[in-house]
Amino acid sequence: MKISDILQPLTAWKNLVKDPITIKDPLNRVAAPRYRGFHKNDLETCIGCGTCEAICQNAAIDMVPVEGIETKDGDSGLRPRIDYGRCCWCGLCVDICTTGSLTMSNAYQWIDNDPEVFRFIPGAEEKPWDTADKGYKRPENYTLNPLKRVSMEELNPADRIQGFMEIVKGFSRDQALQEADRCVSCGICVATCPAHMGIPAYIEAIRNDDLNQGMRILYETNPFPEVCGRVCTHKCETVCSIFHRGDPVSIRWLKRYIADQIPEHEYAAILDSPQEETGKKVAIIGAGPAGLSAAYYLRLQGHTVVIFEAQPEAGGMMRYGIPEYRLPYDQLDKDIKYIKHIGVKIRTETRVGRDISLESLHKDFDIIYAATGLHEGRSTRAKGSDHPKVYQAVNLLRDFTKGLEIPYEAPVIVIGGGNVAMDIARTLARLHMQKMGRVDITLTCLETEDIMPADREEIVEAREEGIQIIPGYGPLEVVSNGDTLKGLKTVRCVSVFDENGRFNPKFDHSDTQFLPASIIVEAIGQGMDLSYIPESIKKEMKTDARGRIQVDAYYQTSLPWFFAGGDIIEGPDVIHAIANGHTAAKRIDHILRGEQ
Amino acid sequence: MKYFEEDRSKFPPKNADGSFQIDLESHKFTHIWQGPQHPGVTGNMSLELIIQGDEVMQCETHVGYLHRGFEKLMERRKYIQCFPLVCRICVPEPDFNEYCFAAGVEELAGIEVPEKALWIRTLVLEMARLASYLMWMGGAAGSLGHGLPGQWTNYLRDYILDRFEELTGGRIYHMYILPGGVRNDLPEGFKQRLLEVLDDIEQIMKDVKTVMFNNTVFKKRTQGLGIIDPSWVEPYGITGPNARAAGIPLDVRKDSPYLKYPELDFEPVTGQESDAYTRLDVRRRDLLITVDLIRQILNKMPENGEYMAPLPNVLNWEIPRGETYVRAECTRGEYGYYMVSDGSMYPRRVNVRGPSYTHAVALMEKLVVGVNIADVAALMTSLHTYPPEIER
Repeated sequence: MKISDILQPLTAWKNLVKDPITIKDPLNRVAAPRYRGFHKNDLETCIGCGTCEAICQNAAIDMVPVEGIETKDGDSGLRPRIDYGRCCWCGLCVDICTTGSLTMSNAYQWIDNDPEVFRFIPGAEEKPWDTADKGYKRPENYTLNPLKRVSMEELNPADRIQGFMEIVKGFSRDQALQEADRCVSCGICVATCPAHMGIPAYIEAIRNDDLNQGMRILYETNPFPEVCGRVCTHKCETVCSIFHRGDPVSIRWLKRYIADQIPEHEYAAILDSPQEETGKKVAIIGAGPAGLSAAYYLRLQGHTVVIFEAQPEAGGMMRYGIPEYRLPYDQLDKDIKYIKHIGVKIRTETRVGRDISLESLHKDFDIIYAATGLHEGRSTRAKGSDHPKVYQAVNLLRDFTKGLEIPYEAPVIVIGGGNVAMDIARTLARLHMQKMGRVDITLTCLETEDIMPADREEIVEAREEGIQIIPGYGPLEVVSNGDTLKGLKTVRCVSVFDENGRFNPKFDHSDTQFLPASIIVEAIGQGMDLSYIPESIKKEMKTDARGRIQVDAYYQTSLPWFFAGGDIIEGPDVIHAIANGHTAAKRIDHILRGEQ
Repeated sequence: MKYFEEDRSKFPPKNADGSFQIDLESHKFTHIWQGPQHPGVTGNMSLELIIQGDEVMQCETHVGYLHRGFEKLMERRKYIQCFPLVCRICVPEPDFNEYCFAAGVEELAGIEVPEKALWIRTLVLEMARLASYLMWMGGAAGSLGHGLPGQWTNYLRDYILDRFEELTGGRIYHMYILPGGVRNDLPEGFKQRLLEVLDDIEQIMKDVKTVMFNNTVFKKRTQGLGIIDPSWVEPYGITGPNARAAGIPLDVRKDSPYLKYPELDFEPVTGQESDAYTRLDVRRRDLLITVDLIRQILNKMPENGEYMAPLPNVLNWEIPRGETYVRAECTRGEYGYYMVSDGSMYPRRVNVRGPSYTHAVALMEKLVVGVNIADVAALMTSLHTYPPEIER
C-alpha cells in the first residue's frame, strides 16, 4: 500500500470550489434543431396518401377523416393521426412523406392526466409546437424512395418522321421492374382514374413478376390494356403522390408492359370466360372504346351482345382518330380480337339509321347502348372557311386510316391546339417528308402555350418533327383567290375564357399575321351525329337546353331501354369512354337480371 | 449444532466431480437473489446465489425479465421497419446494432456506402463507445461504494448525448445509421463542440484515475477479484476488454477491420493480471484511446460528400437471397449480426450476438464462486455486461 494511494483521492475536494454543471431549469431546456420531437403536419400540403401509415412499424399512425378536408382528385381526404403510446420517434414517416407535409418539432414535453389526448391529429388539433421552426425535417437530397422515373426509349425525331413506326419503344423487364419499384402503393391514383383501375395492384404484380395476375387485374376494369398502355390521358399520373417531389410513376407505360409481354393466344387461359348464356340481348351502336368496353363486360355476364359499326373496322376513334405512330393497329386489334373471342359480335359497315333502323333494334334487343362518338369536325366559322381547301382534321384522319389519299399540299396550316390538331399535323408532317423530303406545316391556336390542351409531349415532339407552332392567335379570315387558297389571316388572342370560365375569346385586332397556305385543316373540336335516333324517340328522351341527351349516373336515358355513353356524353377521352361503358354494362346487367 | 466450520477447506464437502454438496435444509447456507432490481447487476437480470457466511458457494444466472422478442419481430417487418427496432436491443449502445444491421443489409443487397458516411459511422461508433464507457464507469465505481467518479463520468456522458442529439436528433436511440449511409451530415460547428467535450473528458479522466484507480480501498477490493484465466478465452467465447485484460489482444477493429479503422492509428490496450482491477483499467485506457480516435476521425473526415447511397423504394425493398455475419467491436467485445434473407421483403432470420451473453451468464457463474457477497456487484460490473442484449 502506497501512502499516495491514500492521499491522492483527497484531491477530489477541489471540486468544492467549482461551479455546478447542472442545468438550472430543465423544463425549459431547448432541444437541438434536429431533435425528433412531436409531429407537425401541414394539412393543406398533405394529400392523405398514407405512406406514413405504411412505413410505421409500430402501427402508431392511422389515416382518419378530418373536418374541413374534402376528398378530391389527388387527395384521399384523410390525415394521419398519431398515437404516442405506440410511436417510437424514428421519423421514418417524415422521411417517406410524399409531399413533405409531415415534419417533427423539437418540442418534447407534454404533460396531461388524460391518456387519450396523446392520440392526436397533427395540424388539425392546435398544439404549442405547431409554430416551432426547429425540429426534424427530411434533409435535402435524401430520399427513401427513388424520385426519378426510368426514362422511356423513343425513336429519335429524324427516324420517326420518316414513317408511321411507333415512337415509344416500351419498357424492358429490368426497366419495368425498376419503375414498378417506385410505386408506394398509396392508391391515390385509383380514385382519379375514370375506370378506377387497380393500379397499385397491377404494379405490384409487375414487381412480383406475375404478369398473368397483372393482366387479370387490368381486365377487371379495362379491356383495352394495349390501347390505354399507349394513348391513355393518364390522369392517374397527374395525381401520383410521388409527383409532389419527383417524377410520377409511369403508370401508363407499366400497363403497356404487362399487355405487351403476354401474347394474344394466352389471353383466354389467363382471363375469365363468359358466364352461362342468359338469353338476353343487347345491341350496341358504335364499336369504339365505350361500346366495346360495355360489350366485353356484358358478354362476360353471359348476355348476347351485337355491335353495329358504320366503319369497315371496329375501334372507333382509337382506329380512325389516333395515328399509327401513337397506337399501332396491330395492338388495337389485339385488344379487339379478345373481345371478339369471348363472343361479342361486331357487324361492321352497318350504319344504324341507314342500314338498320333504331326501331328494329329496339324490337329485336332488350337494351340498346349508343356510343357513337364525336366524328363530325367543327368549323372555325372564320370568314372564307367554307373554301373547299379548308378541311376537317377528323375527316382527314379517318380517310388516311382507310388508306385513301388525303390532301397535303405545302404549306399546310392546322388550326387548333389539342391532341387532334397534333395528330393531323404530325400525320401530314410524315406525308410531307415522304412526298417532298421536308416538312412545311404551321399550327396555330387561340391558346397560349401554357394553356394549350394538347399533351406537353405532343407539343415537344411536334416541334422536334419540324412543325412550327404559333400559339395565341385566332383565325380571322381564310384568304383565297377563287379555287386557290392563299393563306390564313390570324389575330392575337388576348384571352380565351371569360371570368366565368366560359369560352369567349377576346382579340387584339392591332396584332394580326398572315400565314400563307395551300390547304388549311381545322381541328378545333368535334361534334356528334345523332341523326340515327328518329324524331319520335328523341321527343320522348330527356335532353338539356342544347339538345344533348340526359343520362343518369349509370348512363341510362329517360327511356329505360336506351343507354348512351362514350364521347357523346363525356366528351372526347378514351379512358372515360371505357369507364362509362363498364358502368353502363353493370347497370344493364342488373336490369336484364331483373335486379334493382 | 455447529453452524460454521472454521476450516474452510473442509466445508462444504465436495462431490466426486468437485462440486459442493449443498444442503439448504441444513441451515448452513443462505439462498438469496441479487437482482433483477439490484443496481449491481447492470440491468434486468438476476443472480440466484447460495452463500455460506459471506462467501458465494453457487450461482445461477436468470434472464427473461427483458425479453422483447426483437429477432422474431424482425421476421415480420420490412427491412426499413427493422431499422428503428435494432437500436433498442442494447440500450446504452444502440449504434453498434444500427451499424451491424445496416452493414448486413448492405452486404446482402450489394450497396456501396459513400466515403463520407463511412467516416461518420466510425465517428458515431466511437462516440457511442465513449458514452457507454462513461456510463459504465459510474456503475463500476458505484458498485464499489464509490459515488463521486460516477457523478463525473455521467455528466460527461450527458455532454456526449448532447452531441448525439444535435447530430442524430435523438439522445439515447439515435436511429441514424440507416442501410445505405447515415441520415444527415454533421451540423454546423459540430466538430468544434465535440472537441471541447473531448478536452473535458480527458481532464476529468485524470481526476478519475487519481480518485478511483489510485485509491487504496479500490485497489484492495478489485485486485485479485475474478481472475479470468487466458485459457478460458476461447472456450468461453470471451472478447473485448475482458479478453484483453487477460493479455490476449482481441479487437475486431484490428482483427477484422471495418469502416475507416484501417486508416486510424491505434493499438488495442491489454493487461496482464486479468483481475477486476486490470479489466477496469483496460477500459479506462481504452476510453482515452477512443478520445484520440475521435480526434483522428474528425481530422481525417472529408468536409463534403454524399452521406447516403441511393436506395430502391424502401417500402418494396426485397433483399437478394443470402446470408451474412457482420461484426463490430463494441465496448464489451464482439457484437455481431447473423442475417439470412430468403429474397423477400422481410428478413428470414436475424440473430444478434451480444458479448454479454457469454460474459454475464457462463463466465459470471464460474467466476463468482468463492467471491465475497459484497464483491459480487463489483465483479459483475468488471465484466461490463448489458442484459438487454442477452435477450433479443
